[in-house]
Formats: sequence, C-alpha cells, structure tokens
Amino acid sequence: MKIRCSTIWPALIAGSAFIAIWYGVRGIISPAREFMLPPPHEVLAAFGEHATELLNASRNTGIGALLGFSLAVVVAVAMALTLSLNNLIRAGLYPYLMMMQMMPVIVIAPILVLWAGAGLPSVTIITFLICFFPLVVNTTQGLISTDRSLVELFKMYRASKWQEIVRLRVPAALPYFFTGLRIAGTLAPIGAIVGDFSAGNSAGNGGGLGFLTLIYGAQFKMAALFATVFSGCVLGFVFVAAVSGLSWLCLHQWHDSYEKPDN
Amino acid sequence: METCKNFCPVSDTNPQACSVRLQSVAKKFGDGPDVLQDINFDAVAGDFVAIIGPSGCGKSTLLRMLAGLVSQNSGQIEIDGSAPGRNSPELSYVFQEPTLLAWQRVAANVELPLILRGVPAARRAEIVQRCLRQVRLGERADAFPRQLSGGQQMRVSIARALALDPRLLLLDEPFGALDEMTRNHLNEELLSLREAASWTAFFVTHSVAEAVFLANRVIIMSANPGCIAHEVAIDLPYPRTPATREEPSFQQLAAKVSGLLRTVEEAAK
Ligand SMILES: Nc1ncnc2c1ncn2[C@@H]1O[C@H](COP(=O)(O)OP(=O)(O)OP(=O)(O)O)[C@@H](O)[C@H]1O
Ligand SMILES: [Mg+2]
Repeated sequence: MKIRCSTIWPALIAGSAFIAIWYGVRGIISPAREFMLPPPHEVLAAFGEHATELLNASRNTGIGALLGFSLAVVVAVAMALTLSLNNLIRAGLYPYLMMMQMMPVIVIAPILVLWAGAGLPSVTIITFLICFFPLVVNTTQGLISTDRSLVELFKMYRASKWQEIVRLRVPAALPYFFTGLRIAGTLAPIGAIVGDFSAGNSAGNGGGLGFLTLIYGAQFKMAALFATVFSGCVLGFVFVAAVSGLSWLCLHQWHDSYEKPDN
Repeated sequence: METCKNFCPVSDTNPQACSVRLQSVAKKFGDGPDVLQDINFDAVAGDFVAIIGPSGCGKSTLLRMLAGLVSQNSGQIEIDGSAPGRNSPELSYVFQEPTLLAWQRVAANVELPLILRGVPAARRAEIVQRCLRQVRLGERADAFPRQLSGGQQMRVSIARALALDPRLLLLDEPFGALDEMTRNHLNEELLSLREAASWTAFFVTHSVAEAVFLANRVIIMSANPGCIAHEVAIDLPYPRTPATREEPSFQQLAAKVSGLLRTVEEAAK
C-alpha cells in the first residue's frame, strides 16, 4: 500500500480544478441566488466558526456508525456461518434477508424511536440494518465457495467439521468477507447520518451530523451545511481507510488482489 | 487438543506398501449410464500403476473410489483387505492443481495433514523439514504458495502427500499442467522418492511417455462405459534415469501403449 507521488499529484490537480469550477459557477449565478452556493472560503470559515459543533457531531455520528457497523459484522458473520452450513436454512432465510435490505429507513425510523429511543440506540440500529446485508451475502458466498478439491482433501485426512470450518472455510472466505466489509464501511457513516437525520436526538450534546443538518437547514446557514457535508465525507474516508488497512493486513501476503511481495 | 484420533499414522516400524484389489466394480452417477463397468484389477504391494485412457472414461472416478470419496454401485474394493474409507491404510491424493492453502506458508501447507491427523506438535516440524528437503524445497519453507512457480507448487503438493508416510498414493494427472521439461524432472524426482519409501501408486496421466517411464504396469482404459481394455507390463528395471527414455526397449513399450491407446480411441468413435 505504498502511496506514490504519481497517485497524489493527479488527485491534487483534480481537487484544485474542482475548487476553481466552484468559484467559477459562483461567479456566474445571479446575485439573488448567490446564497445557494457559498464560495469555498466561506465554507472554510464556517468550519472554523462551528468547529466545536461539527467535531462533536462527527464524533457522535462516528460512534453510532462504529457501533452499528461492529454489531453488523458480528451478527453477519454468525449468520453467514449458519447459512453456509445448510442449504435449507439458506433457502428459508434468504428472502427475509432480502426484505430486510428493502426496508426503507425513513419508514422504520419512527418505529425504532418508539422501541429503542431516539439518538444513539436508533442510529446504531439503522446503521446495523444498512451494513448487515452486504456483509452477510458476501461472507456466506465466501463460505460456500471453498475449492472443492480442498474440501475433499480435508475429508480424506478425516478432518472434523470444526477443523474444516476453522482451517479451511473461514480463511478461504476472508477475501469475500472483506469485499462485504468495504461496502459496509462506506455505508456505515451514511447510514449513521441518515439515521441521525430521521431518529436523532441532540439532548445532552448527543446530536450527530444528521441532526446538525436539520438545524442548519432551518437556519438557512448554507456555508455551515456545506461544512457538514464535508465532515460526513471525512468520516466516510476514515471508515474506508480503516477497512482498507485491515484488509491489507489480512490479505496482502497471500491474496492475488494485492501485488506479490518480492521474493 | 488435537490428539491421535484413530491411530498414529506415522509409525516407527518399517511399514509396508499396500495391496489393492478391485472385483467387478461398477459405478454410475444417479440414473445415468455406467461410468465404470466390470473393473477387475489386482495391485500388489509396491506396484506403480499408470492409468491412461480417453477423457471421460472414469479415471478420476476410479481414483476417487479408492480414496473413499465416492462409493461403487456394485463390486468390491479392498485396500489391504478392507474397504476404502476410515479403516483403510494411510493414503494420499494428489490433484491436478497444487490445491494448496493460499493463506498458509509452504511449511504450514505440508504440516496440514499432520495436524488434521493429530500428529504431536513435537514431531511435526521435523517431518515437514524432511519432506520439503525431499522435494528440494527446504529453502522455501517460509514462502507463500503464490511466490512459487507452478512446478514448485506441485512439489509442495507432493511433499504434503508424503508427510503422513502413506501406503497408497493416488495421483490424478499431477503434472498435467506443467511443461515437458519440468514434468520430466518431477517424474525422476517421484521415482527417487519411491526409492526412499514404500508405497503403491495409481497415477493417472494423458502422457504415454510419462506412464511408461514411471510405472511397472500401464492400464489402458476405454470409454462408454469405462473399463480396463488392456494392460501392458513395463519390465524396465528401476532405478530409471533420464537415459531410460533413450533406450530402444522404452521406445518400443511407448509405441505399444500408444498403439493400444489409438485402437481404444478409434473404437470409441
Ligand atoms: N459427480 C459426478 N456426477 C455425475 N457424473 C459424474 C460425476 N463425476 C464424474 N461424472 C461423469 O463420469 C464420467 C467419468 O468422469 P471422470 O472424471 O472419472 O473422467 P476422467 O477419465 O477422469 O476424465 P479426464 O481425463 O477428462 O479427467 C464422465 O462422463 C463424467 O461426466
Ligand atoms: Mg480426470
């Protein structure tokens, strides 16, 4: 995972171009509508002005995202192990897992608020619901896609079911699991923000980025809204970087998705 | 935690290669036609049997039956007098692909059968080292499989197969994916490994030269249904060397096997 100049320069140039276009667009819109698009430096100023709020909200959203994400990983892995053991269980539960994925968050939020209370509990559950599906689907796929010859090899050496799972199926499923984890990692912060937007609670400084959006929106603080958006992006980056790092740690030595180490 | 389950596979006594007996064995899958029909064959201890025949004639199926992975529909299979499966003597299977655990280093791959069969940890390291040295990979114990060439990976696979000191070795086109030079090298290596241990081998191949070089008996199978059409005894003395391939007797035998194989293939058309 070497970071090379050749990957940094293009990104810097594209970023500068983006800011230039932003100023450009701002320059040509009519003065009556200028409030809709605050220029970059005003957004930057808003960051400074609302730093405490934004940091606090980012932290709260981050905690919700992390809790929901972790819960999803634990439950999804347990679920995937169960599903992989038996075709009947898989056939029986799959439609309902799909349904779970189809559940609209906006509709489920008020129910969760009633059941679990607004704020962190609801945000965690909503994040969990959003992260769960890609994790369980990918991990299950990994657990049932084990190379047939290897399974037979284990059988010939009279491995127990437990040995087969621990020494063969689980490690062979890791690349699939990490595919799911990457998807879940990008979804978790979004899930937490959406959850906070529809089931958040600012009592006791507990509000997250979603809740801030509501407040700034009501106050027409456009620059602060933009700052909130970027805070969400940063949070997302943190998650994706963490997941990518973990994936690299577990896979880079042996999996073909990473460059071969030099001999 | 993982202790000896059925019996400790690596014994200190000098173990013997095992005999294999197939009597009127037939096999079909589901309601399909017979894949194998009326297979009769006796291998005595130490035989190196090469099996050659058209694609789909049931060579792999035959090996898988010996390994206890599938069972026959009728007839009898005996390995040292007992049916394949839990009670049969230690056997190893080598697949066409190296079939290694990609996430484990070479040494751990060779150690795998020892762990699964409950060989005490204290003895494992020494066995792994010996097996890797035998296939000339002692230096690569810490590499991951993908850092090795195809031929080296295959050698790891063979080291793994030898780790439990098997009495019966089943090899299903193990060198089929390799270039001829590497294949010849590995053939010679396999024979030298045979000098050091005693096992009976069944070796499936598509190469006549390989069959004649390795085996003391070559079985030629025909397809639809799969059965043993011919057997050719290869009475070239062991140890065989690269020079063996140049000898007229070798070439005569290879020509004979090729000829029989051709008649079998033409009959199938
Ligand atoms: N699990 C299975 N279910 C159904 N049919 C099978 C199964 N395994 C093998 N067969 C059939 O049995 C026949 C023999 O297959 P087998 O793999 O033993 O052939 P083979 O001689 O090893 O061929 P090749 O040289 O191509 O490897 C084929 O017609 C194949 O379709
Ligand atoms: Mg085959």
